[in-house]
Amino acid sequence: MSPSRGRSLVDQAERYGLIAALALMVVVFSILKPETFFTWSNLSTILGSQAVLVVVTLGLIIPLTANDFDVSIANVLTLSSMIIAVLNAQLGWPIWLAVVAALAMGVVVGAVNGFFITYFRIHSLIVTLGIGTFLHGLTLYSSDSMTISGIADSLMNGVIVWTLFGIPLEFYYALILCALVWYVFEYTAIGRRMLFVGRGREVARLSGIDTDRVRRWCLIASSLMGALAGVLYAGTQGAADPVSGASYLLPAFAASFLGSTSIRPGRFNPWGAMLAVYFLVVGITGLVFLGASSFVQDMFYGGALVLAVTLSQLVRGREEQQF
Amino acid sequence: MDAEVTQATGPALEIRRLSKTFGGQKALREVDFSLLPGEVHGLLGQNGSGKSTLIKVLAGFHEPDPGATLSVFGQDVPLPVPPGEFRRLGLSFVHQTLGLVPSLTVLENLLLPRLSTSRAWRIDWAAERAAALATLARYDLDIDPSAPLSRLSSVERALVAIVRAVEEIGARRGVLVLDEPTPFLPRRDVERLFAMIRRIAAGGSAVVFVSHDIDEVREITDRATVLRDGQVAGTLVTQAASREAFVRMIIGRDLDAAASRPARAVPAPTVVLSGLSGGQVEDLTIALAPGEIVGITGLLGAGYEQVPYLAYGALPATSGTLELPGRRLGLADLSPAAALEAGLVLIPADRPVAGGVGGLPVVDNVTLPALSRRFRPWLLRRGQMLRVARDLNAAFGVTPNRPELTLSALSGGNQQKVILAKWLQLQPVLVLLDEPTQGVDVGARQLVFRAIRAAAQNGACVLCASSDADQLAEICDRVLVLARGRLAAEITPPALSKHAIVAQCYQVAA
Repeated sequence: MSPSRGRSLVDQAERYGLIAALALMVVVFSILKPETFFTWSNLSTILGSQAVLVVVTLGLIIPLTANDFDVSIANVLTLSSMIIAVLNAQLGWPIWLAVVAALAMGVVVGAVNGFFITYFRIHSLIVTLGIGTFLHGLTLYSSDSMTISGIADSLMNGVIVWTLFGIPLEFYYALILCALVWYVFEYTAIGRRMLFVGRGREVARLSGIDTDRVRRWCLIASSLMGALAGVLYAGTQGAADPVSGASYLLPAFAASFLGSTSIRPGRFNPWGAMLAVYFLVVGITGLVFLGASSFVQDMFYGGALVLAVTLSQLVRGREEQQF
Repeated sequence: MDAEVTQATGPALEIRRLSKTFGGQKALREVDFSLLPGEVHGLLGQNGSGKSTLIKVLAGFHEPDPGATLSVFGQDVPLPVPPGEFRRLGLSFVHQTLGLVPSLTVLENLLLPRLSTSRAWRIDWAAERAAALATLARYDLDIDPSAPLSRLSSVERALVAIVRAVEEIGARRGVLVLDEPTPFLPRRDVERLFAMIRRIAAGGSAVVFVSHDIDEVREITDRATVLRDGQVAGTLVTQAASREAFVRMIIGRDLDAAASRPARAVPAPTVVLSGLSGGQVEDLTIALAPGEIVGITGLLGAGYEQVPYLAYGALPATSGTLELPGRRLGLADLSPAAALEAGLVLIPADRPVAGGVGGLPVVDNVTLPALSRRFRPWLLRRGQMLRVARDLNAAFGVTPNRPELTLSALSGGNQQKVILAKWLQLQPVLVLLDEPTQGVDVGARQLVFRAIRAAAQNGACVLCASSDADQLAEICDRVLVLARGRLAAEITPPALSKHAIVAQCYQVAA
C-alpha cells in the first residue's frame, strides 16, 4: 500500500503544485506591496485584462494536443480586431456583422493552414509561420499601418465595461470557453481521438481515425479561437492596432506548456493552461509593482517558456518529443 | 576443409567456443566458426537460430559469455570486442538496412563513417570527389558521386554500401560481413552484386554472406555454416552439397517425426480476398471460411507481412477486391476507417508505434475504436469506460487489471492482450494479424493464441502473417507460403507442421 500511497502523494503534488505556487506568489506580493497589489481593483484588472491571453492559449492547446503547432494564432487575433475596426469604424457596418466577418476569417485561415499541412505533408510550424506572417502583412495593408479607433461602444460594453462581481464580462467568456474545451477534451470521442492523433498518429490511423481530418478541424478551431480573442481584444481597446497583438504568441506557448504540467499532468489541458496564464501574469504584475521595468516581461515569458517545456518533459518522463 | 591451405595462410577469422546467454536462454552454444582468406562463406539458419547474435558479437554489440576466443588473421582479439573497434581489426559490416542516408549524395554517404569519427575541420570536396570517382571506377561502378542516393537503383545502393564497407577496412585484407543484402533485389541485379562479392574475395579478404536464400548461397559461397538453435549444425562445402542437404541441415533431421494433425471440416468461404497487388505483393487471392485461421508466411522479401496492411487499407494497394458477406470493397481506395466499418480489424506487429500508445492509460487505448459504438460519443462517462475496460481486461486475462495505469506500465504480453482486446471486442468479420506474439513471453503466448482461437470460434475469419513457423503450425488451419510476392504453396493438414512450413519456405524461394 505504502509505495502507491507515496506515488499518489507525488501525483497530487504534481497536479496542484502550480496552484500552490500561484497562491504563494500572491501572498508574497501582497505582503510586500499590500496597498497596491492586494486590492480588489488590481485583482479584477488582472483577471479581466488577461482574458484575451486565456482565449489564445485555449486555442493553442487544441492543435498542440493533436501534435501540431499554430504560430499564426496571434496574427489571426490582430487581423480579426483590425477587420472589426475597419468594417465597423471606417465602413460603418453594424458591429455584429463585423464580428461575424472576423470569425469567418478565422475559419478560413484555419482551413488554409490545415490544407497545406495535411495535403502537402508540411510541418505545421512552417505553414503557420508563413501564413501568420502573410496575415500580418494583410493587417498592415488593410489598416495602412495605423491604429484605427472608433469601434462601437456596444462591443466595449459587452467585453470590458459591464462587470459581474466587479470583474469584466470577458473573464467569464474565457471561463466558459475553458469549460467548453475541457468538456470536449475529457468527455467526447472527438477529444479522445485528438489525443491519440497527437500521441500515436499511426495507432490512431490504424484505429480507423481519419487523422488528417482531425488535424484540420483542430487547426480551424485554433484559428477560430484566435479570431474570437481578436474580438475581445478589439472590445478591450475600443480600437485596433496592427502590431501589438503579436506579443500574445509567446506567453500563450509558455502558458500551454506550463499548464500541461498541472491539473492533468502530461497533457495539454484547459484548466492547467488558464491557471498558467494567471501564474505568469501575477508574476509579472508583482515584479512590476516591485519596481522592475517592462523588459522584465520578455525575460519572464521567455524564461518561463523554456522552463515550462523542461518541466513538461520531466512530467512525461523525458520521452522523445514527436515534433 | 583443406588443411594445407589453412596452415599455409591461417584463417582470416576464427571463433572458438562462443556462447551467449540472454536471461537464462542460450542464444549461442559453443559455436566454432572459421573463415579462410579469399573465401565467400555462407551463414544460414532459421529465424532465432543465432545468426544475428553471432554477427552482433563480432561487431562488439553483444558481450559473449566468458570462455570464447576470437582471432583475426592470426592476431588474438580479446572479447568482448570494444564498441567501434571492429574497423581497426579489419572487420566491416553491411546490414540489411545498408546504413545509408537516401537524401544525401553518394559522396556524402561514402564519407559518412569517416566524418562521424574524424575531427576534420575542413573537407576538401574536390579531392574527396576525385577520390570517390576513382574508388567507384575501381569497382567498375558508373555512379555520379554528386547524385543523391535516392536516385540510385536498389542494387546500386547496396553496391555503394559494400564499397564503403570495403574501403573502411582500407588496403589490407579484411573480413566483410554482408547481412541479408539481397532479399529485396530483383534476380538480374543479384548478379551484379555477386560479381562485386567475388572480386572482393579475390583480393584475399573473407566475405560472410548471411542469407535465407539457399540458391543464392549455393551460387556465391565456397563453404557455408548452418546454425540451428544456437549451435553449429554443420559446415558444408557448397559445391559438394545438394539443395536438399542444405534444407535438411537448416530445419533439422527430424522432418518425419513432426507432429501432424487431422484436417478439420471447414465451411464454405465467406471472405474472399482476390487479385491483391501492391507493395511487394502481386496478384494474391485468398478465400477464408468463418472460423478458419489461415497463416501466411515466406522468407524475408517474400512480401507476406504486407498482406494484412494491404487488405486493411493501411498500405496503398494498386488493385484487388475484398468480398465480405453482403458487401464488396475495392482495395485500391480502401481506408482503415472504411475497413474497420466493414468489420475488419488489423493487429499490427509494431506495438509501440502502431498498436497502442504506451504513455496513455489502458482504458483509453482499449476503448479507442469502440468510442462511437459502445459509448455516447458526446458524453463519455469515465466510470463506464473504466467498467468496460475492466471487463475486457478480465476476459483477455490482463494482469494487473487496473485500466487507469498507462499501457507501458504492463509487461509486453499483457500489452499485447490489451491490443487484442481493443480489436476483438468489435466482433470482427476478418481479423488480420501481423506477428501476434512478437515481444511476448512464453506464458502469455498461449493466452494470445487462446484469444485468437476464441475470435475464430465466434465466426471470424483470421489471416495471420508470421515468420514464426512454430506459431503458425500451432494455431493455423492451413498455411500459405509466398515467394517474391506471389502465392507459391499451400500447406494443409495432415502435412501441416513446423518443419513442413520451413521446408516449403526454402523450397519455393527458388
